[in-house]
Amino acid sequence: MKYDVHTKVQPVVTGDALPNVRPELTTEGQHMSGAEILLRSLEAEGVKIIFGHPGGAVIHVYDEMHRIKPQFEHILVRHEQGGTHAAEGYAKATGKVGTVLVTSGPGATNTVTGIADAYMDSVPIVVFTGQVPTGLIGNDAFQECDAIGISRSITKHSYLVRDVSDLARTVKEAYHIARTGRPGPVLVDLPKDVLLAKGPFQYPETVNMRGYAVPAEGRIEKLQRAAQMIAESERPLFYVGGGAVNSDSSELLTDIARYTGIPVTTTLHGLGAFPEDDPLALRMLGMHGTWWANQAIQHCDLIIAVGARFDDRVTGKLDSWAPHAKVIHIEIDQSCISKNVFADCAILGNVRNVLEQLRPMVKPKDTTEWLKQIEAWRQECPLKYEHDGKLRAQGIIEKLRDKTKGDAVVITDVGQHQMWTAQYFRFLHSRTHITSGGLGTMGFGMPAAMGAAFGMREIGSSRPVVCISGDGGFVMNAQEMSVAAAHKLPLKLAVINNRFLGMVRQWQELFHKERYSHTDLSDTNPDFVKLAEANHCVGLCARTPEEAQQIIDEAWKVTDRPALMEFQVAKEEMVFPMVPAGAATGEMITDRMTPNSFV
Amino acid sequence: MADTLILTPQQIIRKKAAGEPIQPDDNAMTRRHTIVVLVENSIGAFIRVINMFSARGFNIDSVTVGPTEDPSVSRMNIATAGNSRIIAQVLRQLSRLVDTIEVVDLTTTDFVERELCLLKVCYTKDSRSEILDVSNIFRGKVVDITKKTMTFELRGPSQKIDAFIDMMLPHNIVEVARSGRVAMQRDV
Repeated sequence: MKYDVHTKVQPVVTGDALPNVRPELTTEGQHMSGAEILLRSLEAEGVKIIFGHPGGAVIHVYDEMHRIKPQFEHILVRHEQGGTHAAEGYAKATGKVGTVLVTSGPGATNTVTGIADAYMDSVPIVVFTGQVPTGLIGNDAFQECDAIGISRSITKHSYLVRDVSDLARTVKEAYHIARTGRPGPVLVDLPKDVLLAKGPFQYPETVNMRGYAVPAEGRIEKLQRAAQMIAESERPLFYVGGGAVNSDSSELLTDIARYTGIPVTTTLHGLGAFPEDDPLALRMLGMHGTWWANQAIQHCDLIIAVGARFDDRVTGKLDSWAPHAKVIHIEIDQSCISKNVFADCAILGNVRNVLEQLRPMVKPKDTTEWLKQIEAWRQECPLKYEHDGKLRAQGIIEKLRDKTKGDAVVITDVGQHQMWTAQYFRFLHSRTHITSGGLGTMGFGMPAAMGAAFGMREIGSSRPVVCISGDGGFVMNAQEMSVAAAHKLPLKLAVINNRFLGMVRQWQELFHKERYSHTDLSDTNPDFVKLAEANHCVGLCARTPEEAQQIIDEAWKVTDRPALMEFQVAKEEMVFPMVPAGAATGEMITDRMTPNSFV
Repeated sequence: MADTLILTPQQIIRKKAAGEPIQPDDNAMTRRHTIVVLVENSIGAFIRVINMFSARGFNIDSVTVGPTEDPSVSRMNIATAGNSRIIAQVLRQLSRLVDTIEVVDLTTTDFVERELCLLKVCYTKDSRSEILDVSNIFRGKVVDITKKTMTFELRGPSQKIDAFIDMMLPHNIVEVARSGRVAMQRDV
């Protein structure tokens, strides 16, 4: 396919999509506008859906969209932040790059939280922001802001397109950078005059960036050393992060762990990379991880870190974390190696490639004693909550798990419900747990769930999409509900309503002598059932475990719009076990009764 | 590179647990480093590099930037300081930027380093000859003179310029302009 007859180019084929040739729209020799080049480039890139909001600076793009009816769907979101989170949800659920299109100024600034979130959690998204005409840049023009400057430290890379002839190449590079290596957000700033200018269109087949190398295979001598360390260890442990999910290494990892008999603990983003019903699964580690996973970390003699970055929510106090362990670190981002924890053997490469290389080099190990010890820890302090007939968040999450048999895409917001979901849902498949981990963005859940649902629809998956949210976070981006309703997405929106900012309240109770400063939401919470109905969704409310089961069953019968399930729970419930921030992993609070020596 | 890193808190505790002695490690010392970064010749690339230093809390003593024999490539000479663990992080963070083509820590190699300094100083009849003496010793060059002030040009390693300024301090320095360090590896 070619749009420019001046340059005799071969058809450009990218990804799985063959761009449609529509000669009636671009006659021979005719150059097209920057706006059309942008849309054609997205088509050529195989983009199926974009989340956007129009405005003055991008009005020509929307005009061209109206005229040429591109091969992708545009979802009009109600707030640009919702758009970026939706793109994240879409990207995490499908493994493809999410796309956002917004206008200049406030449109660009509203995307900042979503971009920062994607940067922290390595989510591939490309954000196109409108910009005032190049001649006005720097003049404090209407709706001008320095989008490149604002986003510089929260993007993997960014571009200001100054010439229409650079546009197609820039789009190609942006998607390449977002998708490859450690994924991340890329921002492309598009001045209005560039979108209006005419130029030839040719979507490049390849990218040529001399400064950008993508690690793939690990170095052989490092792998040999790692295999030797694994063979020599007595109490080895896999510590698996989001890198295993991003590289789709779940099956490979599961195979290696089962073959060698090495137990696996996962980070928040690693959940789902290893099936949590496996006897080798220790579930999540860290601040709200399981007692046995954290004990295993403290007593193991080898940590095999797979696509994880030793976040402070995982390690707690560094100088007492994993005191006996040597560390093998399989990592695609060189800057994560030995950043927080020294790696005795660092293997720079794509997790999937490295695990493929490592598979034939490892042998089954006798870890019976080690697993027996871990089992004893598991018995010593299991995950537990009170079963006294009251409605509790943990019980709700177990009900949702039973309803879906664990086969659902679960998106959470940020807070107590997020940790309970991580603890009680038991994830079985890669890419079925989507959350805001690094940045901890309240308001992430609802729009991300919407994006994930669009993704599931696109790939034809029947997996239900369940958003578990708190009352605090849900309200922050609740406006996107009507978008999900307009597109008839059968989202299941569970709002765990304790009328409090629960996680902050928990810290206030534990560490601030019960001074509940500005965490009580009972006066400002909306009526969630009416909120749902006002946004053309189904609204349901439950106060007891019986009612909870009823509304879950009812919500699952709704197939043509989102169903919001409000669960009214007690405000006093806390997430345990817990390693207080900055404390040693060995000093876990396991329940309300643990003496608080650290207060 | 891993072997030259200083001990992390976690390594120290590991050594303690194993009963190994913890040696005072001379790698823990803060040293001056000169890092050469070849970047795409664009203002955005330059800012990204500088931005990385401020966003990650690394310090910069001086930066110089200019075009190279290839007009599409700029060369940045960054003078920074830190212990070996911090410098290793700096190098990794620099390398991972999309616009950086090459990153070299010259401090680990044999290299030459130069800085240019312009210094304007007030003189009197009494101090004139002493000021010129000092300048001669440092091989400075008078590039401008008025009835009240003299301006010197001085080239050399940064320490030499530090020493020159130090010697001029007793006199009335009006203005100092330093170029920042530029450096290049020696060929063997």
